[in-house]
Amino acid sequence: MIKMRTVEITVGLFLIAGILSLLMLSLQVSGLSHFLREEPGYKIKADFANIGGLKIRGRVTLAGVVIGRVSHIELEPQSFNATVTLTINPKVTYLPLDTRASIQTAGLLGDNYISLTPGFDQHAFLKEGDVIPAENTDSAIVLENLVSQFLAGQASKEPPSSGAAAPPSPVKREKGN
Amino acid sequence: MIVRRIQALGRSGLAFVQDAGHTSLFLFNSLVGRPDFIHGTERLIKQLYFVGVLSLLIITLSGLFIGMVLALQGYTTLVKFGAEQALGQLIALSLVRELGPVVGALLFAGRAGSALTAEIGLMKSSEQLSSMEMMGVDPLKRVIAPRFWAGQIAMPVLSLIFTAVAILGGYMVGVEWLGVDSGAFWANMQAAVDFDTDVVNGIIKSIVFGTVVTWIAVYQGIECEPTAEGIGRATTRTVVYSSLATLGLDFFLTAVMFGDT
Amino acid sequence: MKQNLDTIVEIRDLHFSRGTRVIFDGIDIDVKRGKVTAVMGPSGSGKTTLLRLIGGQLLPDSGIIKVEGENIPTLSRVQLYKVRRWIGMLFQSGALFTDLTVFENVAFPLREHTQLPESMIYDLVLMKLQAVGLRGARELMPSQLSGGMARRVALARALALDPLLIMFDEPFAGQDPITMGVLVKLIRLLNDSLGMTTIIVSHDVQETLTIADYVYVIADGRVIGQGTPKTLMESATGWVKQFIQGLPDGPVPFHYPAQDYARDLLGERVGENV
Repeated sequence: MIKMRTVEITVGLFLIAGILSLLMLSLQVSGLSHFLREEPGYKIKADFANIGGLKIRGRVTLAGVVIGRVSHIELEPQSFNATVTLTINPKVTYLPLDTRASIQTAGLLGDNYISLTPGFDQHAFLKEGDVIPAENTDSAIVLENLVSQFLAGQASKEPPSSGAAAPPSPVKREKGN
Repeated sequence: MIVRRIQALGRSGLAFVQDAGHTSLFLFNSLVGRPDFIHGTERLIKQLYFVGVLSLLIITLSGLFIGMVLALQGYTTLVKFGAEQALGQLIALSLVRELGPVVGALLFAGRAGSALTAEIGLMKSSEQLSSMEMMGVDPLKRVIAPRFWAGQIAMPVLSLIFTAVAILGGYMVGVEWLGVDSGAFWANMQAAVDFDTDVVNGIIKSIVFGTVVTWIAVYQGIECEPTAEGIGRATTRTVVYSSLATLGLDFFLTAVMFGDT
Repeated sequence: MKQNLDTIVEIRDLHFSRGTRVIFDGIDIDVKRGKVTAVMGPSGSGKTTLLRLIGGQLLPDSGIIKVEGENIPTLSRVQLYKVRRWIGMLFQSGALFTDLTVFENVAFPLREHTQLPESMIYDLVLMKLQAVGLRGARELMPSQLSGGMARRVALARALALDPLLIMFDEPFAGQDPITMGVLVKLIRLLNDSLGMTTIIVSHDVQETLTIADYVYVIADGRVIGQGTPKTLMESATGWVKQFIQGLPDGPVPFHYPAQDYARDLLGERVGENV
């Protein structure tokens, strides 16, 4: 028969181990500490013609440094533009009013994120509630559109001939190298 | 011939519905009702000891090994693409989303679930439950409820510990042994793992698995045939049913939680 | 039906079956207050089932089971649990809680059903353990007890709430003669000194007859003999006589039904087409 005292102590240690694990998962593994620090900030909006695969909580970077997150995405009914709300780190107060926002892709297949390029306005800076208009934004580059544009360009340059259609296979592959 | 087949199908369908109703009523009865906080807490702690603390050894050891193997396998694959920096991400995502809750639940079913079934089955076959009933004490509240709640609490805790230990194991192999950069290991992990989707969903999964495994375990215990063979069969059924339920539910939960991203 | 003050348990026209097997086919039993009533019958005649029916753990197909005027099968769950506090039951195996000490086992019903202070529970438990002669064993675990001791602890536990009625399921089965003697003495003594009513279910004829005031013999779902031990010993006939005196042959044949022995030996095998 185990003493009730021992039982209580070990159960207490067990629960503490659980809480420590949760702390480790939230702080060290999921980086909640950064997230918590970044959550307060000011919100600006940006209009895009096409946001591609951008998602909420996507990164907002300036010169490759993460300075905020995408906090909201909605459709603007008059212009059929997408209005994206960005939450910017409150320390970054010096974004010029004519800053450009473009949606880029991390690597060839990676996530979409928003990259900001500072403008030249030395006196007016973006603050809570400001909007980056659609003229100052670059939409997402959709890979499929690029590919089809490229193919269309190729097709118009050289008309199809029987020789070009045949697959060029001068080298035979050997199995197992 | 065909009519008989249909009849058999109908009969098994009815039996299934009856069974499902019976088990739900059983669960409901064992949890609802006047809880006794003073004695209840003491009993709960005792059961937490049996269900949680005693499962700790197998959970930490398995977690350590699984994390180490993940790091080793992940590294050999990733290094071919020059992407060994992403090792932390690979380990953390697979553990937090899937392996922590699922392997944790499978181990829990094997260690604590089978023990619960055997213990309750033994109490039934030695007439302890009947005699409790004859003393005017409801065994569902006195015996089943604390065990159920203990399993319910212990499972997420065990799964968290499992995941944390496994990530540390992966760190040991990946960083200390194979030489992945420590900063990149953690930074990629933190960039990839989201608290409110990945970690929280993992915890939700483990709570669901905890409920299901403990439920199956206590139900099999109390419904088992009160003989030595009956207890053995019920214990086997606990492990089989709860493993299948865990894996099936995991697919369903994953589809709901991560299916749209 | 008016309540009879002398009768604590009144069973009328009880029918019970398990699946297609009929266990009780209309039995009537009266248990008199303050007496030891024994129910005897061969193995598998449903003696334990009878106790479970009285305790409300099983529901009869039809019939009346009255305990202190309450018809058990019609009670609600809450009422049933209240009635069970008057009833102590001793299971065949003792059914002690294996994770509690002897002391805690006996204290269990007191803690569950009373708000008594710890010092009073201590005194009461020691009194009950003293009554069964096991005061010195209070710190032992059930696994450390012999079968007879476990039964005595279970008896102390059943007595903890001073029940009106105590039921024994096979109290003598598998016990050595000394333990049997102790149990027989205890049951009689407790019944008389505490003013309780006792029901014993058993197939140990000799021990049961020495302590019972009144005996029912059941077989094939019916009461086939009843009376005081003396009248049963003297006047029993047929099946009851065979049962009471333990004769190997009689109305219950020694041989399992088979075809003629001589023909069997001569090789006329049944169901074999050679």
